[in-house]
Amino acid sequence: MDDRLTLTVRQALQSLQNGSLSSEELTRACIEQIERLESKIHAFITLTAEKALEDARRADARRIAAHRHPDETLPSLLGLPIAVKDLLTVAGVRCTCGSRILENYVPPFTATAVQRLVDAGVVIVGKTNTDEFAMGSSTENSAYGATFNPWDTGRVPGGSSGGSAAAVAARMVPAALGTDTGGSVRQPAAFCGVTGIKPTYGRVSRYGLVAYGSSLDTAGVLAHSAEDAAILFWPMAGFDPLDATTVEQPPSVWHTPESETLKGLRIGVPKEYFLPGMQPEVEEKVRAAIRMLAELGGEVHEISLPHTEYALPVYYLIAPAEASANLARYDGVRFGYRASADTLGELFNLSRSRGFGAEVKRRIMLGTYALSAGYYEAYYGQAQKVRTLIRRDFEEAFQQVDIIATPVTPTTAFRVGEHRDDPLAMYLEDVFTLPTNLAGVPGLAFPVGFDRQGLPVGMQIMASHFREDLLFSVAYHYQQHTDWHRRLPPLL
Amino acid sequence: MTLTLAEVEHIAQLARLHLSEEEKIRFREQLSAILDYAARLQQVDTRDIPPTSSVLPPRSRLREDEPRPALPQQVILANAPFPYQGYFRVPPVLE
Amino acid sequence: MPYETVIGLEVHAELQTRSKMFCACPVVDSTRAEPNTAVCPVCAGMPGTLPVVNRKAVELALRVALALECEIAPLSLFARKNYFYPDLPKGYQISQYEYPLAQRGVLRIETARGEKTVRIRRVHLEEDTGKLIHMQDPDGQSFSLVDLNRAGVPLLEIVSEPDMHSLEEVRAYATTLRAILRRVGANSGDMEKGVIRFEANVSLRPSGSQTLGTRVEIKNLNSFRAMERAIAYEIERQTDLLQNGQAVQQETLGWDEAAQVTVSQRSKEEAHDYRYFPEPDLPPLVIEPEWIEQVRANLPELPQAMKKRFIHNYGLSAGEAVLLSEEEAVARYFEACLEQAGDSIAPRTIALWITGEIFGWLNQSGEKFENLRVPPAGLVDLLRLTAKGIINLNTAKLVLNEMLASGKPAHAIIEERGLIQLDDAGQIADIVAKVLAEFPREVASYHQGKTTVFNWLLGQVMRQTAGRASPAVARAELERQLAGSKGN
Repeated sequence: MDDRLTLTVRQALQSLQNGSLSSEELTRACIEQIERLESKIHAFITLTAEKALEDARRADARRIAAHRHPDETLPSLLGLPIAVKDLLTVAGVRCTCGSRILENYVPPFTATAVQRLVDAGVVIVGKTNTDEFAMGSSTENSAYGATFNPWDTGRVPGGSSGGSAAAVAARMVPAALGTDTGGSVRQPAAFCGVTGIKPTYGRVSRYGLVAYGSSLDTAGVLAHSAEDAAILFWPMAGFDPLDATTVEQPPSVWHTPESETLKGLRIGVPKEYFLPGMQPEVEEKVRAAIRMLAELGGEVHEISLPHTEYALPVYYLIAPAEASANLARYDGVRFGYRASADTLGELFNLSRSRGFGAEVKRRIMLGTYALSAGYYEAYYGQAQKVRTLIRRDFEEAFQQVDIIATPVTPTTAFRVGEHRDDPLAMYLEDVFTLPTNLAGVPGLAFPVGFDRQGLPVGMQIMASHFREDLLFSVAYHYQQHTDWHRRLPPLL
Repeated sequence: MTLTLAEVEHIAQLARLHLSEEEKIRFREQLSAILDYAARLQQVDTRDIPPTSSVLPPRSRLREDEPRPALPQQVILANAPFPYQGYFRVPPVLE
Repeated sequence: MPYETVIGLEVHAELQTRSKMFCACPVVDSTRAEPNTAVCPVCAGMPGTLPVVNRKAVELALRVALALECEIAPLSLFARKNYFYPDLPKGYQISQYEYPLAQRGVLRIETARGEKTVRIRRVHLEEDTGKLIHMQDPDGQSFSLVDLNRAGVPLLEIVSEPDMHSLEEVRAYATTLRAILRRVGANSGDMEKGVIRFEANVSLRPSGSQTLGTRVEIKNLNSFRAMERAIAYEIERQTDLLQNGQAVQQETLGWDEAAQVTVSQRSKEEAHDYRYFPEPDLPPLVIEPEWIEQVRANLPELPQAMKKRFIHNYGLSAGEAVLLSEEEAVARYFEACLEQAGDSIAPRTIALWITGEIFGWLNQSGEKFENLRVPPAGLVDLLRLTAKGIINLNTAKLVLNEMLASGKPAHAIIEERGLIQLDDAGQIADIVAKVLAEFPREVASYHQGKTTVFNWLLGQVMRQTAGRASPAVARAELERQLAGSKGN
């Protein structure tokens, strides 16, 4: 395989800076890798190869021009190719959200998170596949076909950011953006053996992130290592006047930790996250990783997050309820698919029925029910109250420990089609990742080994609000002493 | 609990979804199963527990009243399935 | 059986901000602007967009809420009201539901039976919808068009308790509220542009009963007239039903302007399950006590308080006080005149000149008060000239009319046209003598007891002097010469 494709983000940026590699070369290598593997992986919905090469050449020209003006500071990510989940808008590039209803929708504006990276110099090679409107855990629910796991193309890459995770795992891009509403960055990161950060709610702007569950949605990064993810993450973060739910936090740029150890780090291991039914190798690898963190200086504490079992039903009432409103705008009037209709009722009902896939309809129905007269208190209202208890679990836990370490998923990547007719079984895939979104705390998934079938196992670490820096540090230390994150799928 | 077909139809109408007979039956089963699963929330004692509608600290983010130019009409209508003389056209709205 | 009418009113008032409620799009006159030219991704409801609250809209809402003596919630929530309609871009309207900005206020209204208090239930912020236009193809096929210029314009909803019992009270409530909205700068009051819209709920109950009867809601009342007619129609319709032993149905009605009847809107009602829930895209609206105090401190004097002050301090009649306090510009003008005049002219005199001569001229000319060409100092100058006897009252009226038309100061007009009052007794005596000589028949009939001829003769004297003669001197001289001519 082309050496340039195994460069980390950091190495790639160094090569771009010292002139040993041009952005055009790197971008072209990425596009060629996509062309080589796309028929097997299907990570992308829309490729923007020509535009990417143009942007890459412009970045190279800018870098050369800067030699004549040594005072000019170049943007930190100048010329770095990345992919963007097709749930984040890029002006002038169609944004389908994996849905037929947005097949021809071309947004006139760029998501703030993406724009900040563009301002920092990245080159966007394309829009990656996603479960329709991020509703799914396998990237099978896409109107544009499923994405397959580079470690075993008979298996799913996880979801909903499965396209981004697979693209990074298949070395099509050094990093990609995803979104995470209930685990949609972390679960595919775990299934594909990459590192994924789900930020604190309010840390990264949601402007231009097409809404699924607005009180849960976050935009994150998938890359090969915590360091790589951090390099892209910090420029994305911060207050955005276009998103009233972003929070002004002191700009905290991540630096490679100076300390060699994790001395004094209190690691909480919640008993509720190790279930009898889970795949034994997952528990084994995660426990081994926790032991390694202890060897690096951490102190392990068994803790309890007593309301964990309620996270799933809470999530599957709140997210669909919010979705039922968020997806009401797809009515065939201003954009998107429109059925031919003689009456207004037909216009709405037919456009939506034909434009949305089964899982989206199911969640809209569920959410509509949970909010409807007579059921609000019992379902949505009660879910919001239990959400408070879940938040408090975390608040109390973070009084005792600095991070919480758990598996990302109960199993490694499952087979394509395995949960096709059983939505509840599919929902159970998210059981360990949902609580983070409900509490709004940050979570990071990274590879900690492989099962007997050679499928990656992921570990999730969580910290209190706005402590992404801690998560990056811990994973960075771990990755200094392991090479799981550098392994290549046999396909490559 | 099991939803009735009439309830499924009512929800579909609220959500403006046209469902086939087969979809109605399937959604009825699947939604009933999910709601059964969600019923475990009823066991949780939430007396005196406030609802969480946002995980953020309560702090208003207000915008100053400074207008900025709107987008050109053709940009607003660019994605419209049926633009008509500067408007979005729809079937007749009966008052 | 006699019935008592019970009426509650919901008022939707557009707030006068420069930009929209949740985005920076300019607020334009949606009755005139080209369609879809004041629209951005946010107010078009494009995927991925988010609302951000306009501070000015909150401030204007606070002004109204405080003017209505409401309790302001330190923390209120926005909520999504879910329904599908082509003029509603997101498929939900951002409004306030369980936790409104303000509650429990009062509005005092004047009725023939004295002052009455109508309780305000709540005041909350929301966004307006777009506009629909109904069209027909040449082949007869009808369709509708959507214009989103108005979508997202801030609206204030003011809900009264069902405390009104007659059309007169409803009218007083609506006009008083409109005056307050205008005075605090929240709304232009421009009814033709649809900036204030009403919804009324109407029920009847046997007189003396304390329980409420079955009520109907009448929606989309876009003018005072439509509101009054719709309510009057409903009172009559419900009275007929009850008197014939029939029941009133609880329902939502619309007002058919052409047929002048209320019509059932059951089709809309069926789907009325708005599934409100807290808007996750907006943090709670926190109103710090300091903000409330600052707004309260900057609240202008409200029309009603001003009216009372005018009556009490300046001895105006209630009617004059209303005329002078209703419009802020008028009130300011009146008070500026008072300041200019000091003690030299009685406040009531100024009041009468404004409400009489100036309003009369505006009525005739169709000019707006805002464009008045006579500054307060100009009016006061004129009145001083009159008070000093430099011109007489009639001349003053002529001069003021010319001032209003031309914008010239009084003294310039008086000089130009030689209008200074003639009060030289000798000169006036000559003119009186001339008039008496000219009209011997009239003089004779005066002496025969037809005293009304006196005024006619006085008018002739004034005519001879082109109105400049001092009326007092002319009158005295005329009386003297008539007395002297008796028996000739």
